[in-house]
Amino acid sequence: MREPTWFVWSRRIGLTLLTVFALLPVWIMLTTALKPLGDVQGDFSWWPSTLSFDAFVQMWRTIPLGRYFVNSIVVSVIASVASVVLALLAAYAVSRYRFAGRQLFSVTVLSTQMFPGILFLLPLFVIFVNLGETLGIDLYGSRTGLIVTYLTFTLPFSIWMLVGYLDSVPRELDEAAAVDGNGPMGAFFRVIIPAAAPGIIAVLIYAFMTAWGEVLFASVLTDQSTRTLAVGLQGYATQNNVYWNQIMAASLTVSAPVVVGFLLLQRYLVAGMTAGSVK
Amino acid sequence: MRLSRIGTAVVASTLAVGLAACGGGDDGGSSGEDVTLTYWASNQGTSLENDEEVLAPQLEKFTEETGIEVDLEVVPWSDLLNRILAATASGEGPDVLNIGNTWSASLQATGALTPFDDETMQTIGGADRFLAGSLSATGAPDQPPTAVPLYSLAYGLYYNKALFAEAGITEPPATWSEFIEVGKKLTNDRHWGLSIEGGSVTENIHHVFTFSQQQGGEFFDESGEPTFDTPENVAAIKQYIDLVQTDGIVNPSNAEYSDGTQALQDFASGKSAMLMWQAAAGSLAELGMNPDDIGVAPVPVLDPLPSGGKDVTSMVAGINLAVFDNSEHKEEALQFVEFMTSTETQTELNKTYGSLPSVEEAYSDEAFQTPAVETFRDILSNRAAPMPAVAEESQFETLIGTAVKNMLAEAVSGRPITEQAISEQLAAAQQQLGG
Amino acid sequence: MITANPAPEAGQKPDPGLLPGRARPARRRRRQWLPYLLLLPVLLAELLIHIIPMLVGVGMSFLQLTQFYIRNWTEAPSAGLNNYRFALQFDQASGKALLHSFWTTVVFTVIVLALSWGLAMMAAVWTQRAFRGRGLVRTAFLVPYALPVFASVITWSFMLQRDNGVVNHVLVEQLGLLDDRPFWLIGDNSFIALVVVEVWRLWPFAFLALTAGMSAIPSEQYEAAALDGAGVFRQIRWVTLPNLRSVNQVLLLVLFLWTFNEFTVPYTFFGKSAPEQANLISMHIYQNSFVTWNFGAGSAMSVLLLLFLLLVTTAYLFLTRRRRDA
Repeated sequence: MREPTWFVWSRRIGLTLLTVFALLPVWIMLTTALKPLGDVQGDFSWWPSTLSFDAFVQMWRTIPLGRYFVNSIVVSVIASVASVVLALLAAYAVSRYRFAGRQLFSVTVLSTQMFPGILFLLPLFVIFVNLGETLGIDLYGSRTGLIVTYLTFTLPFSIWMLVGYLDSVPRELDEAAAVDGNGPMGAFFRVIIPAAAPGIIAVLIYAFMTAWGEVLFASVLTDQSTRTLAVGLQGYATQNNVYWNQIMAASLTVSAPVVVGFLLLQRYLVAGMTAGSVK
Repeated sequence: MRLSRIGTAVVASTLAVGLAACGGGDDGGSSGEDVTLTYWASNQGTSLENDEEVLAPQLEKFTEETGIEVDLEVVPWSDLLNRILAATASGEGPDVLNIGNTWSASLQATGALTPFDDETMQTIGGADRFLAGSLSATGAPDQPPTAVPLYSLAYGLYYNKALFAEAGITEPPATWSEFIEVGKKLTNDRHWGLSIEGGSVTENIHHVFTFSQQQGGEFFDESGEPTFDTPENVAAIKQYIDLVQTDGIVNPSNAEYSDGTQALQDFASGKSAMLMWQAAAGSLAELGMNPDDIGVAPVPVLDPLPSGGKDVTSMVAGINLAVFDNSEHKEEALQFVEFMTSTETQTELNKTYGSLPSVEEAYSDEAFQTPAVETFRDILSNRAAPMPAVAEESQFETLIGTAVKNMLAEAVSGRPITEQAISEQLAAAQQQLGG
Repeated sequence: MITANPAPEAGQKPDPGLLPGRARPARRRRRQWLPYLLLLPVLLAELLIHIIPMLVGVGMSFLQLTQFYIRNWTEAPSAGLNNYRFALQFDQASGKALLHSFWTTVVFTVIVLALSWGLAMMAAVWTQRAFRGRGLVRTAFLVPYALPVFASVITWSFMLQRDNGVVNHVLVEQLGLLDDRPFWLIGDNSFIALVVVEVWRLWPFAFLALTAGMSAIPSEQYEAAALDGAGVFRQIRWVTLPNLRSVNQVLLLVLFLWTFNEFTVPYTFFGKSAPEQANLISMHIYQNSFVTWNFGAGSAMSVLLLLFLLLVTTAYLFLTRRRRDA
């Protein structure tokens, strides 16, 4: 099982190039954020002429990152947790039961993913406002509306991944639990959830990141007090391209928690996808 | 069966929501003891926070005077039109809002904004108070305006006095041929004659519109029908593109400048000697340019003017203030409009933002007695034309502005743009407007 | 897809019935209400966020829903099939523009799919066997996927500036490959730039899926192949690829739907008006609805897009299943 020399060398070269490709923007983000303003306005250089942390200080004055941060955290956390809970229930039904309409359910959920999203932005907004007026549910301009939207966006993929995962959990386990006197829901909580933990974490990461990065719907469905980081930063970046060091500093600050969290949890993602995809 | 019961429930809820969605949002009723107005301001200052700081003292003053609270939200330009659109479609919006004055006719057509008929106009102090030029950009000419001017702006030709002196040029160019000549003199290995925001749809359309006026062109005829593909409009676009293509006084890189700050940045840092811009002084100073180096003059005009050509150096630019028709507090909203357009508030705000007051009286303040303000006031009063006041104005701006952007990109890629090509683009744009 | 989704949720739910090897246990008949109860929250959310707005959208495509009527939809006059006619008049500018945008998107999708899958496959094969530093490399590859899309796309647009960007700095000044600084954000190259950014964002996901798929291949299969004298390529051909078939079936579909509907990347990259050469269909529809406020026409184009994607997906699932059975 020795690898041929050419393979080892092609691997070294190929992986180096790919790593450079993958990380180049991160390097640019980092060095630009540490450059003084004069540097970013002139010709490109790989290193800052002097190390400057001004951008990291100034950006808090120019963008209310703190408020946006809280909004993004609240929306993303609730939306991702809710998405996982809903998807888990649905996945359990699809994985463990054969019922009329199962196919229809799957097809419907699939087809929703093909409609260009730009177009339901406006109907969705009108529906939110009208629901607010008729039922008194405050969806427009509130975090609730955004949470409901995001959790739905992520449902199809979450369900798909969890169905795959649950299918890989041996049915003997829940039958054993059922024999032990637990109802089907008892089996669900005592057996399925622990066994599907890696899949659940994987879906959680995915849903969180989706909500964290969405721009279009957030720009229309939020107002000043509920604006998310993605919208806030995009609005700032498209109007103040002079201050590239601040934009990059802000981008870095916004990205860091997600990237670190993601990388720490990546093994669960691989594990979750392994079960989800290798069926 | 259970399935059918669920099906029934699903159908029922679908219908309920569907009906609710189609019902439009005319109802909805809260009536308050203490009135709070929602105000969407546009981003005029250096940042959204800056705007909040600038407006806060004025809003406090308003609350003190009237007892009406104002809930301020500064909406970034990237979101403003979509937010207004959503508000219009749903009926859920602010009470008072800022709009770009070029949107006036388009938004007027939706019926979402309260018309300022004569009577309404009287309640806020009468139409005579306002600058006639700015008032011309508040809606279609044959209808009552649906907005009033708040901040007035016009394009001027900014020039770098230091670079001019260096090249031995004493006067800013007044005619187009002088402009090109000066531009060529000022184009060398250190700087270019002019910088433009060539990737920006709005900047492109504003310049092209001005040049079209000089050429004697119109993009819409009297009855509001589009007349894009005319020799005059072709000549106007050619005039603009030739700045890069044949005159060579603009850095080709300018074709990708799109966010509305890069051309300004080039001018501030001395990479270009001239700039056609609105209210640039404040931003230039902030970018570190020496205020003594900043000169401003009207944008040059073709000399002699072609037959039918007009002595126009700018479009009527600015921000208007409008009242949302679904507002439950229209009376209070109008009070707020009156306050925002009062001489005192106008003086304060326009001084801070570097824009021009929209009411005549405010010009007595000494802050507006400078040569630069005189120049702009004269442009706005005598040498500016409003963008076409038709419902399709936004489409027109987007279609033509984008076409010009794409043609500039072609030109800098070494593919010459001919009159024929411009004409074809204009004809195509006109068909797409027909939608 | 609509959103800034860092991961493709697009079409992630292919009908499990069509997927191979999923034997369904026939569950006891009683308690049949339970699965429906479990699905109820999902159904409600889907109805509210996807299905009803989608139906409203289809309805809009038959209305003359311009700015004159946007305030009160019920008064918008019926447009019949006019919006569709407007979109499909291929001898007129509007139809030509749509057709152009459609082909641009098709070419874009094919190239992005091929590159993303190709890079991911190579990287996955290279990192299949353990070596020193493999964990680090894998982590590095996942970074583009972990970065919020707006942050990374803004960075790319900075990197691709003509005068001050790193890309031209490397190509022109450091490597001397080109004499003149090319434009990347406008003109012909804008298409290439968009492809690069999209591939950069997308291939880590494919890498993740393929790595996951490969980790489940029993090593005995490779050992057996090696004993038969199969080299690297033949092992890939006869062991890896067959084992990845079901992964690829789903992965390619997902990548296809996601790329075809891509909006956030071009929107962040170009702003509201994309260069003609890189005017993807989603941007075109955005322009034709949100910028020009002609929602009838925009909806009609969306419905046409939906029909096309439905057709392709159905054909794809049908064909891949047939091939498998054969």
